[in-house]
Amino acid sequence: MTAPVLAVEEIGKSFKGFRAVERASFTVDAGELLALIGPNGAGKTTTFNMINGQLLPDHGHVRLGGEDVTGWPPRALWRAGVARTFQITQTFASMSVAENLLVAILSRQKSAGLLAAAGNAHADEVQTRLAEVGMAHAADTLCSVLAYGDLKRVELAIALVDDPRLLLMDEPTAGMAARERGALMRLVAERARQRRTAVLFTEHDMDVVFGHADRVVVMNRGRLIAEGTPEEVRASPIVREIYLGGEAISAVGGGGI
Amino acid sequence: MIASFLIQTLNGLASASLLFLVALGLTLIFGVTRVVNFAHGSFFMLGAYMAVSFHELVGGGLLGFWGGAVIAALAVGVVGALIEITILRRIYRAPELLQLITTFGVVLVLKDVVLYTWGPEDILGPRAPGLAGAMWIFGKPIPQYDLLLLVLGPLVGLVVWLLLTRTDWGTRVRAATEDRDMAAALGINQALMFTGVFALGALLAGLAGALALPREPANHNMDLTIIADVFVVTVVGGLGSLPGAYVAAVIISVVKAWCIGIGDVRLFGTVFSFSKLTLVAEFIVMAIVLIIRPWGLFGTPQAAQRVAAASILPMPVPDMKRWWPLGLLMLALVALPLIVDRFTVVLVTDIIIFALFAASLGLIMGIGGMASFGHAAYFGAGAYAAAVAFKAGASFVVAIPTGVAFAAALAVLFGWFCVRLSGVSLAMLTLAFAQITWAIAFQWDSVTGGSNGLVGIWPPELLSSKSAYYFATLLLAGAAILLIWRSVHAPLGFLLRAGRDSRIRAEAVGIDVRIVQWRAIILAGSAAGLAGALYVFSKGSLSPDLLSIPRSVDALAMVLIGGVQTLVGPVVGAVVFITLQDWIVRATPYWHAVLGITLILITIIFPQGIVGTLRQWRQRRESAP
Ligand SMILES: Nc1ncnc2c1ncn2[C@@H]1O[C@H](COP(=O)(O)OP(=O)(O)OP(=O)(O)O)[C@@H](O)[C@H]1O
Ligand SMILES: [Mg+2]
Repeated sequence: MTAPVLAVEEIGKSFKGFRAVERASFTVDAGELLALIGPNGAGKTTTFNMINGQLLPDHGHVRLGGEDVTGWPPRALWRAGVARTFQITQTFASMSVAENLLVAILSRQKSAGLLAAAGNAHADEVQTRLAEVGMAHAADTLCSVLAYGDLKRVELAIALVDDPRLLLMDEPTAGMAARERGALMRLVAERARQRRTAVLFTEHDMDVVFGHADRVVVMNRGRLIAEGTPEEVRASPIVREIYLGGEAISAVGGGGI
Repeated sequence: MIASFLIQTLNGLASASLLFLVALGLTLIFGVTRVVNFAHGSFFMLGAYMAVSFHELVGGGLLGFWGGAVIAALAVGVVGALIEITILRRIYRAPELLQLITTFGVVLVLKDVVLYTWGPEDILGPRAPGLAGAMWIFGKPIPQYDLLLLVLGPLVGLVVWLLLTRTDWGTRVRAATEDRDMAAALGINQALMFTGVFALGALLAGLAGALALPREPANHNMDLTIIADVFVVTVVGGLGSLPGAYVAAVIISVVKAWCIGIGDVRLFGTVFSFSKLTLVAEFIVMAIVLIIRPWGLFGTPQAAQRVAAASILPMPVPDMKRWWPLGLLMLALVALPLIVDRFTVVLVTDIIIFALFAASLGLIMGIGGMASFGHAAYFGAGAYAAAVAFKAGASFVVAIPTGVAFAAALAVLFGWFCVRLSGVSLAMLTLAFAQITWAIAFQWDSVTGGSNGLVGIWPPELLSSKSAYYFATLLLAGAAILLIWRSVHAPLGFLLRAGRDSRIRAEAVGIDVRIVQWRAIILAGSAAGLAGALYVFSKGSLSPDLLSIPRSVDALAMVLIGGVQTLVGPVVGAVVFITLQDWIVRATPYWHAVLGITLILITIIFPQGIVGTLRQWRQRRESAP
């Protein structure tokens, strides 16, 4: 048996004594879509930050294909094939959509040149990448004027530029219309199957979660409280109780930020 | 030996008290308003001058000295309140860098106010009555006044601490320091509190200035000398920390005092003068602290840089079809010496040199988002290295590259530290670096010529005419400017902007933002070094003035006037700045005040600068049908 693409082992993080995440463990296999769900403040983003190196876990390990990558900085993880989108979108506001992708492409070279014009060299690749997420028409639009849903798509395009083996998406469809959400998730799911990308995502929209995830883990107050197939999680009484305050899961839409 | 160490330690603690009072005021103001007040050193200077005047008015005695200190402190407090109400209030929401520049505008204005009111001479202040003597400890004398100061600093600190913890007003101030929005929500009258805190901070600085009189005469360099020290203290102690301010003030002052105490030491047959190394010692302390705790001894790691999305401008790739204006300009520049007189040729040579200086700062400040209040360090380093090489027998052709190489080496060293900080801490660090470079040039007589500088540095026969040198400058500086412009649209420029726009995203796509920034600093430092080297050969001489803080601010002003975050802005700014300066300096002795008011107005009204504002207008016209 080969090691899973991502293995999170007992990681935890406290902020000034407040335990945001406690002893969380799970794995994601190649080609698998794992949803991490939980109410606001459950610790999902904090978990992402520990996996992607923005935060150093207080304890526990993060393994990538078996290798211990705990404490690696984000840039090293990117080179190891980990890409991420952010809950609060992070794009380069002074640049056009195409230039945002260009930057991700330029970072492949170890040294940044002084003389070569950066603009034209990768135009074709940028166009192809943008077309994949349906943003080709907006290549020359400035990121600072894009709608929120479009920014999320740009972030996804940036994340996919180097064909990551692990894709982390923190609320990838927030700010999109229902139909767009489905389309975006189908795109991600298809890629995951074709290129064996492991995908970990958080989401408040239950249609998205139950429609596209292969497996679901549930987090509440920093602890993982349930794990299983979408059907199992949907049926779990603990999840209904803690996560949804007893309401029927299918009745809960969007929510959250 | 031990006795002299003890004496120097006491001496250092006395200096620390004064430094602490000024840093305390700066920290209080920063805590509540989030503005680093550059003009705090000016309040210190104002306090000293006012105390002198009061003393002259009422004569000596207890009243003359202590009354003068109190009155001066109160008067400076009032001046502070007025400045807060008229100027500071308008910039609380502006980006940090603009705030620093606005308050530097205040520095320039107050400098000329002092010049106008008290004249250019140093004025000897009153001694503290009854404390003019010395006490003998282990057979060594220590001024009684120093012992008093040593106690007075912590005592005033204690009073302020009681004010903050034991009064209603203090509780509200602390609430506002912890969480501004919360304080606003609680209905605390912010405007009034901000004015009050600012006045208190100014008062403390004014008091320190008055108390400094028995140790040094009131003079025109007090403002920038003390503020540079205070910035070092703040960086070392941690921005916003009161205990940090005291501990750092003590460390810095005591280390300096020790250096003076050690004096000349014979090592390996050569004499090392430690007393001349005080600033280097300061630098080493700061460097060690920054390596171990980049956020200072008592500070907390900075929250993610706050870059308001609105403050970021796009950087369109220039349209090659519209490059004929540049071609036309080139033609005009080449033809210039044939058309105009000799003085204009010299003026335009200056403009080109400063355009390069400004463009290099524009690269790290506008494109890289790194504030620099010490860019003159590289300009001066280039000038000094070229001049020293020339004096040592090197020809012009060797001296110029020597200048560039030395400035680049300095940028490698300083840049390594700079990329570890951001925002105001970075601005303060760059200023401290420049101040240290200045001190080395000032004190290293045998190599740099000390305060007199060096003379007789002229280009070779071939370039000796003004127009020949003009062409050489145009060629070298012009090429360097084009290289900088080019780099903005090359991979380096893109990665640099990426790190500025969203550091977190840049790191997440594999960019080592620090390395990219470091490279940009080295490029900009080398370019500034070239400007400096060209400058010294055009003037034939140089002095430490080249490295002074106002020089650095000149570059900032050029970038700002033209438009930060625009490609041609810094160059346009240099043209406007040098032309205006040339014209105003001839008309009035108060150029500083004019420049200061200009800076204040620009930062408040036109933060986009000339090029940015023009671009906005054009865009508005194009978007309107
Ligand atoms: N840097 C920080 N300092 C202090 N507390 C933090 C920090 N980051 C997160 N927290 C706290 O940790 C808890 C978990 O936050 P986190 O952002 O991980 O939640 P989340 O599950 O992503 O929530 P949401 O669905 O709202 O995005 C929250 O209570 C939050 O306030
Ligand atoms: Mg979150």
